[in-house]
Amino acid sequence: MYVAVKGGETAIANAHAWLDEARRGDPSVPELTTDQVAGQLTLAVDRAMSEGSLYDPGLGALAVKQARGDGIEAAFLLRAYRTTLPRFAASLPVDTGAMAVRRRVSATYKDLPGGQVLGPTFDYTHRLLDFALAAEGYAPARSEEAEPGEDAAFPRVTGLLAGEGLMAPEVASDEEPADVTRTPTTYPATRALRLQRLARGDEGFLLGMAYSTQRGYGNSHPFVGELRQGSVAVSIVPEELGFPIEIGEIEVTECEMVNQFKGSRSEPPQFTRGYGLTFGRLERRAMSMALVDRALRAEELGEDATAPAQNEEFVLNHSDNIEATGFLEHLKLPHYVDFQSELESVRAMRAQVEAERAAAPQAFKEAAE
Amino acid sequence: MSGYNFAYLDEGTKRMIRRALLKAVAVPGFQVPFGSREMPLPYGWGTGGIQVTAAVIGPDDTLKVIDQGADDTTNAVSIRRFFARVAPGLRTTESTAEATVIQTRHRIPETPLREGQVMVYQVPQPEPLFRLEPRRAETRRLHALADYGLMQVKLYEDIARHGRVASSYDHPVMVGERYLMSPSPIPSFDNPKMHMSPALQLFGAGRERRLYAVPPYTAVRSLDFEDHPFVPLRANGRCTLCGSGESYLDEVVTDDRGGRMFVCSDTDYCGTRQAAMKEAAE
Repeated sequence: MYVAVKGGETAIANAHAWLDEARRGDPSVPELTTDQVAGQLTLAVDRAMSEGSLYDPGLGALAVKQARGDGIEAAFLLRAYRTTLPRFAASLPVDTGAMAVRRRVSATYKDLPGGQVLGPTFDYTHRLLDFALAAEGYAPARSEEAEPGEDAAFPRVTGLLAGEGLMAPEVASDEEPADVTRTPTTYPATRALRLQRLARGDEGFLLGMAYSTQRGYGNSHPFVGELRQGSVAVSIVPEELGFPIEIGEIEVTECEMVNQFKGSRSEPPQFTRGYGLTFGRLERRAMSMALVDRALRAEELGEDATAPAQNEEFVLNHSDNIEATGFLEHLKLPHYVDFQSELESVRAMRAQVEAERAAAPQAFKEAAE
Repeated sequence: MSGYNFAYLDEGTKRMIRRALLKAVAVPGFQVPFGSREMPLPYGWGTGGIQVTAAVIGPDDTLKVIDQGADDTTNAVSIRRFFARVAPGLRTTESTAEATVIQTRHRIPETPLREGQVMVYQVPQPEPLFRLEPRRAETRRLHALADYGLMQVKLYEDIARHGRVASSYDHPVMVGERYLMSPSPIPSFDNPKMHMSPALQLFGAGRERRLYAVPPYTAVRSLDFEDHPFVPLRANGRCTLCGSGESYLDEVVTDDRGGRMFVCSDTDYCGTRQAAMKEAAE
């Protein structure tokens, strides 16, 4: 008669076997290869790499495949793998100014040195389901325009503004930033730490927070100063060599938001920057990050910090989807010990109310009338 | 499992955690920030406890893992299996008496702990004041000043409204009369077991990146008032399987007509008693 709600080893093993079978799907359909995922579901892989804080398209594709396409689960797999890797060096800052650009747009200038380069973008596509794509043997369109040459120069828009003294300067620092994956964040956090946390934050959360600043929760008048996408070189300085060597290239998207700033007692009116940088080709992510970064600078710039997006503890503590999903989903774990004590507590409180009611029936009757 | 260090974490990480634990033991009840690592189990499923266990355990240890007091709940099985995979030589057990390290979620075993044992609690929310003051920068200040008026007022309001303290689990405790501490979501029934316990009690909150500790033989007082003393709560009944009238009970619904029975939440305690009863009968 005692039906145990407790499961044992066998139950777990069976569940995992079933999961494996479900992941594979119909065996009469060819299995998805990780090359296919890496090559054709690139944005899913980019997102898993960004939120997983690990740049490796091969492993990213494996994670997406193993997670059955679930982005958060894929990022989680990458993070759990990443945590076991040794940290043998910190790279030099990547120079996004020297990016081999595939796409670069500015919303603040019609034309600018280097020009507007649309690149492979969803922008201006009509979102009509393309049924031809569902058929086998679909031949993709061939792009006519060559990619911009390696020598094409793309000076930064924010640099152009800074040249005129209209852009608040960023204070350069050679201090090695703390690593959010190794040290707990304490508040108030530095901007370097904030940007690290935002860089691995959940895209949906960042988007929602950024959107809220546009709708009046937090003062922001943003312009996309520049959005650029392409590959940059990563270099390290090995201790035994003492000079930088290039260890590879990564694809990144960078967004610099330009925001008006009315000025303060010590600063003249000028533009300020919100910064976003992400692995891969995740424009929405980079833009959201830039807006949230700017919102979080409210206190530093002497603005009123009243909106959720301007609240550092609120934003940073709730942006991580691995933390959030774990804690949310842990509600599936048994809680019957706590629930039992809740039951007893509610029963005791009810007993008390009923006892009081029995003791003074008249008062309750009057109150009811 | 090859390719991983003993107990999964690398030695550098273990040392970092042990240093934080030493600080936690030196300042009982104080929340020590630590560089919590991403674990292959989700946050909220015991990553803090797992990291603490991984940092203190050695091949000579005997590990017991319980969830809701039971050794056979899925998460307890999963964590025990994790350590069996990544810590070669480690013995696992379901017996409280045999274990040297006990990782737990939501319970303290009924069998009294002894010197030399280590209790590792999984903690979802180390900050006892978080429902009253969500800003951790501010709660840090309140702890520094030992300013716990907020919590006293909350308990007072509970009593004024409900006639009794409404928190039935995770009831806050004062450790060594200095720091207010979350005992983790154990039922308040278990709170008195923390007081002057001969075992070392370690607490790990992975997602929140905090560790804290109660060294052996430390005073742990459940917060209350002189005229409304703390009363641990337990279902008024006996275990159907072993007959215990003292243990913490789970209520099991047996049908859809209001039928229910009570069984011990501590499976080892209940099993041991059943075995003893059987032996006595023979």
